[in-house]
Amino acid sequence: MANFKKATSIKDWLNQRLAIEKVEKVMGSEYWIPKNINFLWAMGMVLVITFAMLLVSGIFLLMYYQPNVDLAFDSVNYTIMREVDFGWLWRHVHGVAASVVFLIIYIHMFTGIYYGSYKKGREMIWISGMLLFVAFSAEAFSGYMLPWGQMSYWAGMVITNLFAGGSLHADGFVEWIRGDYVPAQAFLGRFFMLHVLLIPLAITGLIGLHFAALRIPHVNNQDGEEIDFDAESKKYLAGDKAGSKVMRFANDFMSKDMMVVGVYLVFFFYLVFFNYSFAMDPVNFDPADGLKTPAHIYPEWYFLWSYEILRPFSVDLGLILFAFAQVIFVLLPFLDRSPNAIAANRRGPMFMIWFWLMLSNMIVLTAMGKLPPEGIYSSIGFVSAIVFVAQWLALPFITSFEKKV
Amino acid sequence: MENNSRRGFMGKAFGAVAAVGAIGSLVAMKKSWDPLPSVKAAGFTTLDMSVYEEGKMVTEKWRGKPIFVLKKSLQLMKEEETNPEAQARNIKIGSDNFMLAIGLCTHLGCIPAFRDDKNDFLCACHGGQFSASGLVTKVPPPRGLDIPPFRIDGNMLVLGEQGPEWKKMKENGVTL
Amino acid sequence: MMKNNETLILAVIVFFSLVTYFLVEPFAHKVLHKHVDSKDFVYDGTDDIAQVQNTITKLESDKTDQEKIQKDEEKETLRQKNILESIVSAKSKLEMKKTFFADLKRISSLKGNATKGKDLYVSCTGCHYDGAEAMGGVFPPTLKNAGLIYDKNYLIGIIKDPAIISNVDHKFDEMVLHPMDSVKYMVSTDEDIANVVAYILETAPKAESLTPKIAYENACGRCHALKYENWTQLGTKPIFKHKKDELAYDIKVLEYEDAIKVYMGKLPPDLSMYTRSRSQDFLRTFIENPQNHLAGTAMPRTGVTADTAEKVLEHLKDAGDTKRHEREEIAIYVMIYIVIFAIFAFLWKKQVWRDLH
Repeated sequence: MANFKKATSIKDWLNQRLAIEKVEKVMGSEYWIPKNINFLWAMGMVLVITFAMLLVSGIFLLMYYQPNVDLAFDSVNYTIMREVDFGWLWRHVHGVAASVVFLIIYIHMFTGIYYGSYKKGREMIWISGMLLFVAFSAEAFSGYMLPWGQMSYWAGMVITNLFAGGSLHADGFVEWIRGDYVPAQAFLGRFFMLHVLLIPLAITGLIGLHFAALRIPHVNNQDGEEIDFDAESKKYLAGDKAGSKVMRFANDFMSKDMMVVGVYLVFFFYLVFFNYSFAMDPVNFDPADGLKTPAHIYPEWYFLWSYEILRPFSVDLGLILFAFAQVIFVLLPFLDRSPNAIAANRRGPMFMIWFWLMLSNMIVLTAMGKLPPEGIYSSIGFVSAIVFVAQWLALPFITSFEKKV
Repeated sequence: MENNSRRGFMGKAFGAVAAVGAIGSLVAMKKSWDPLPSVKAAGFTTLDMSVYEEGKMVTEKWRGKPIFVLKKSLQLMKEEETNPEAQARNIKIGSDNFMLAIGLCTHLGCIPAFRDDKNDFLCACHGGQFSASGLVTKVPPPRGLDIPPFRIDGNMLVLGEQGPEWKKMKENGVTL
Repeated sequence: MMKNNETLILAVIVFFSLVTYFLVEPFAHKVLHKHVDSKDFVYDGTDDIAQVQNTITKLESDKTDQEKIQKDEEKETLRQKNILESIVSAKSKLEMKKTFFADLKRISSLKGNATKGKDLYVSCTGCHYDGAEAMGGVFPPTLKNAGLIYDKNYLIGIIKDPAIISNVDHKFDEMVLHPMDSVKYMVSTDEDIANVVAYILETAPKAESLTPKIAYENACGRCHALKYENWTQLGTKPIFKHKKDELAYDIKVLEYEDAIKVYMGKLPPDLSMYTRSRSQDFLRTFIENPQNHLAGTAMPRTGVTADTAEKVLEHLKDAGDTKRHEREEIAIYVMIYIVIFAIFAFLWKKQVWRDLH
């Protein structure tokens, strides 16, 4: 039985019941972060802020959005854009944030790959992060259905068709997913549910897991140095702030996070106000029409690389490689056989080439994914897709030859 | 000791009972996700083929798409005798012959109009033309009108079911 | 310890992000969308003649196109015959258009007499009056603003030969006539045409009176509804007291739309969101000559002046991007605030980190 005393202040009152001082220490002032990091380590905070903006703008959109095939388009383009005061702001913030969040996720991911932050006890950080990537992809796709424009409809048609499994012709499964023979009311209703409840719930849980996975192995640093966090934190608390290799999360690291967030927000709001159309495809401002296919159907930019892996091959092989591309990143900690958990530029030329080639090749795939699959673009896409697969197959071999640095 | 293993067993048993409940609810969830009966009913359209008049094109509806039905005249059948492509698209029900197609131009999805006087289809959007049996007679359409899956049931035609006649057409590349 | 080279890292990230952006946005759009040069709304036939010429060039190349050549000899002979026939008809069309636009140029240089034109103008108002009956599916517009909205060349052309100047002559032949075809016989000599056009231009209202709404209603609104501005092809939809009256009105709209469908092949789309679903450049060059973007389309050229076209675009923005002014205004304040936010964050960081080094 706990012993409660008469509280001397509100803080004390709360402290006796919620141990807020202890919580503050664990989460902030005595959550130790290495000092030898750069601004790439702030991407986590940038993602948190972006997710918060998505949540807030989404709440306001939700109040006027109508998940009904006859009303959805007008509820977005008329009610929210014309009638609701600042409705246009929420929509543009939501649309741009949904696109930019993937840019930051990719930067965050490639930072992890570059610095080897998925190795030596940090496997769960990587895996939970990749699960977040999948959840965000599902969230983005389901959200894209909601304005019920031409791209919503046809992307819904094309993507759900993938579940027929090529020659398996699992049309029944596709119809089960859609709840109809074509995307229609049942389809819109369930994707609405997924977008506003189930997937955000999963994302919130996964964010918790992602943070929890950081606790024991601690956040990595840019030198791959193994830091004795107990000794270094004692040094810090004893007053040798400058000599210690670690710093507090709050306010030390947080102040840098916020500085990066500040720069990021300048970029973000520039996009929201002056260059939003990259995130809101013009084709989706035509209302959904099941009788008319748009001239070009392509996904949003962040899905293009995997879409391009699907495209140049026959249906079945394309689907297999597409599935391969979806899961292969999750397995990275186990495919990288190297004994080193350090930055790519110190791991020898093989991995260094692998990394920059992977990044560049994925950008090539992204570009080809949007272009019509004809002529030279089709050939480049084909070669790129093969390079992508070959790189992953080669990874265990080139990394096992790596010498311990 | 004995008590312990008994407790262990009961724990597992409880787990099994809980799993039954979980699976049961999964079944319910799967079924809730199924297409509704009203949706399914709308997915199969049964046409009584005995009501159509010769040479008069009728537009039916199936899964949100227009469906062209044309009962062919003897004269038309005679004209098609030398045209195996047209014959391959013919649907014979009893002694009658029919043209059946999804009424969307294979070019950009406009709905072509039937011209009684010329006995053909004209797409007003880009000037594509189809013969009375649905074959392209004037580009841009890349292929003839698509034929929806059908099954012949006596005098009736069930749209949405894949009967042997339709499967044969699909195998022979007559339709997509 | 590794040197903390944040500037280099930032440069790398910015570089890769910009390359990706460039490839999926400006570059991809350039590949996906055909670029059309505006002719500055001068209707002198350059486009129309080039269009037929292109058809001929394409047919010529089809003749020897290896991919299209049929193996079957009989089929190939038939194909060649079809191509030759098409070339012959395209060439005669080319001559026809050349003559037409030469005539147009000649008439345009004549100085019309508005007083004489007034008498002939009566033959226009037989069909063009307020509350006119639909002809061939569409209302003939009142000509009240015609001199302001339409280009002079277009006005001459539509009297000389409505199908050719509208660039929809592919839809019409001896059997199917343009709804306005009879004007050719009512106002037929060069002088008559010049006089009527002079009258229309002289009686045109002042340029200031042309609002975006009027421009839209005249140039587009008889075929294209604009739901977000409460516009139907019959006009602004009134507010009805009784449900019955509203339904009656809706039925009238539907009947009108059915008639346009017969004329056009399909219902011309509602343009409420076109300002966002199409680029401004597309809309501008489309209004100038729909065939530029949609070869073979049933939509006639509207024949408006450059100024009217801009007004139409403005009206489309009012419908589909209504709050653009508010957005542009607020943008500045938000950007100023965010920069201040970033500066304060930077100063805070500097202070906190002073002890850490």
